[in-house]
Amino acid sequence: MAAMGTFAEAGADLEFIDISKRFPGFTAIENLNLTIPAGSFFALLGPSGCGKTTTLRLVAGLEEPSAGRILIGGTDVTQTKSFQRPVNTVFQSYALFPHMTVLENVAFGLRRRKIDDPLGKAHEALRLVELDHVAARRPAQLSGGQQQRVALARAVVNRPALLLLDEPLGALDLKLRRQMQLELKSIQTEIGLTFLHVTHDQEEAMTMADIVAVMNKGEIEQMGAPEQLYELPRTAFVANFLGQSNLFTGPVTGSTADAITVDISGRGIVVPRTRAQRHAGEVTIGVRPEKLLLHIEAPSADAGTNVLGPGRVTDVSFSGVSTSYIVQIPGLGAVTVFAQNMVFGPVVNEGAEVWVSWTVDHGFGLEDEPAHGSRFPADSSTNAIAVQRRADLETELEGA
Amino acid sequence: MTALPLDTANQAGPDHVPPRRPRRGLAGLGLPVYVALALVFLLIPIGYTFAFSFNDSAKSNLAWRGFTLEKWLTVCNEPGLCEAFGNSILVGVVATVLATALGTAIAIALVRYRFRFRSSISLLLFLPMATPEVVLGAGLAAQFLALGTQKGIVTVILAHTMFCISFVVVTVKARVAGLDPALEEAGRDLYGSAAQVFWRITFPLLLPGILAAALLSFALSFDDFIITNFNAGSVDTFPKFIYIAAARGIPAEANVIASAVFILAIAIVVVSQVGRAARQKRLDRLS
Repeated sequence: MAAMGTFAEAGADLEFIDISKRFPGFTAIENLNLTIPAGSFFALLGPSGCGKTTTLRLVAGLEEPSAGRILIGGTDVTQTKSFQRPVNTVFQSYALFPHMTVLENVAFGLRRRKIDDPLGKAHEALRLVELDHVAARRPAQLSGGQQQRVALARAVVNRPALLLLDEPLGALDLKLRRQMQLELKSIQTEIGLTFLHVTHDQEEAMTMADIVAVMNKGEIEQMGAPEQLYELPRTAFVANFLGQSNLFTGPVTGSTADAITVDISGRGIVVPRTRAQRHAGEVTIGVRPEKLLLHIEAPSADAGTNVLGPGRVTDVSFSGVSTSYIVQIPGLGAVTVFAQNMVFGPVVNEGAEVWVSWTVDHGFGLEDEPAHGSRFPADSSTNAIAVQRRADLETELEGA
Repeated sequence: MTALPLDTANQAGPDHVPPRRPRRGLAGLGLPVYVALALVFLLIPIGYTFAFSFNDSAKSNLAWRGFTLEKWLTVCNEPGLCEAFGNSILVGVVATVLATALGTAIAIALVRYRFRFRSSISLLLFLPMATPEVVLGAGLAAQFLALGTQKGIVTVILAHTMFCISFVVVTVKARVAGLDPALEEAGRDLYGSAAQVFWRITFPLLLPGILAAALLSFALSFDDFIITNFNAGSVDTFPKFIYIAAARGIPAEANVIASAVFILAIAIVVVSQVGRAARQKRLDRLS
């Protein structure tokens, strides 16, 4: 492991086998089984406190699992000390050493492993992130974006088999974050390392990762390619955490070879059998807001289309590319519709009577036991999580 | 997301305009005069000590009898003085090294680790600072007597180490608390063993606090009379020498040593400030 004087040849698989982590008073991770293939960009996505950072710290060796084993490239590293693992981390706070120059920061890991020409390789890594001109400065003299890139260079220069990213873009503003997302992605493609990226930003996870695992309460809710997770969420948590969803609950009233019919306040809504996790009893079904069409007249019934309505538009908000409408349908509650702005201005105004429809193929059925009441509240917007994180941090700082 | 605090600090830096000085009227003269008087009041004893180190004194050093450099050149001719001064330096250095090493370790343990009686230990460490020195000195003397320890320089060093530890812990603890644990984690993550992480990351980052604690320890130890007097037996330290000499008139040689210590301390402060300013200038030029 992390042999002296050599680099990892390529990215390595990471494997969790029955990993649990319990802290005094709470369980952060319960029985986690997970394989991250070599060379992939893997994102662990979840709200604050879901166990994703703990997972990352377990891989880095900064925490010890209460049970289970961790394998990197097929080798058991569970008992290995942090500094002996072929793993490097880009910390959320960057954790640059304030008493060293940028160059010495980047060369730190190389020097510890007695790799030839540490300064030359450090310069090379700094050129990769286009910061070689600030090599002689101290970290405190750099901007936030520059510090982030130095932290990345300091980790990447070691050519670890596995690079861990702990919300590394969280402190950057939106524009810089976009730019860094692209840079990270291109660096990953260029050097072919395995990236494990932890984030609560669903957009970031979806744009960057090959595989996204959505984590909630210490367990992985669903894992797959970003499009797959988005188009076919299996649980209400995923449906609401990854983008927005309109969810409805009702009993299954009919069933054919390739579709089930669910009774939603007296209307039969059809969902393809392959896109539904449960096929009998009370089920929750959903559809993404951008898949919905608004109609100002009742659309004609059609076997391939689901229709709800009439309802009243209670809110219209314009956001440039699209307009979001909230439609109150009696007996169902609010339904969100995103419509692309193909014409100038909104198509309908507040108070208008409308119907919504969607193609049967766009609906999905969830595996959750329906909660009490017919609607799932969308309680996990990333904004709420960011606020929560800050509150957590403040309490932590006060406690220290 | 919010901008980094660093960014805002950078923006504030170069554009910062100092507020205009208010015009000085007659009322505005009161403060400078008051400050000047306070400084004079504080500096008179030091000035007196310095001036009388050049006094061509005979038996007592109370009246001015003319300028001479002789006392500065032959300071060790006064019997017992240089020996006492040497003892003070020895005690100060050994006690400082011991107290700083132990106190730093205790401070790190108290901040970084959770263990039983942690808060009680934290509280108990304050006690030597809060206890009157007379009580501390007498108590220690009684303990050494009960143990049958021969009083001498070793008992003085032990006593000084004991009360200096508290000050070191308090000083270094603040520094450890301000140290982001992620820095040490990053060190471990970057293939640093426990020892390498301590000496290359933790220690250099704590160094300003450790140095401040060491200086404080030395000053406290060098200065201490009460606890020393209880535990020194026949050994003299500089403060003890002065105290005894005061009964029959302090020799001018004592003024020489006191002045030299004062000048040395001022010189250290000036050199370190100038060094810091030069370093800051270099960093500013780089950025």
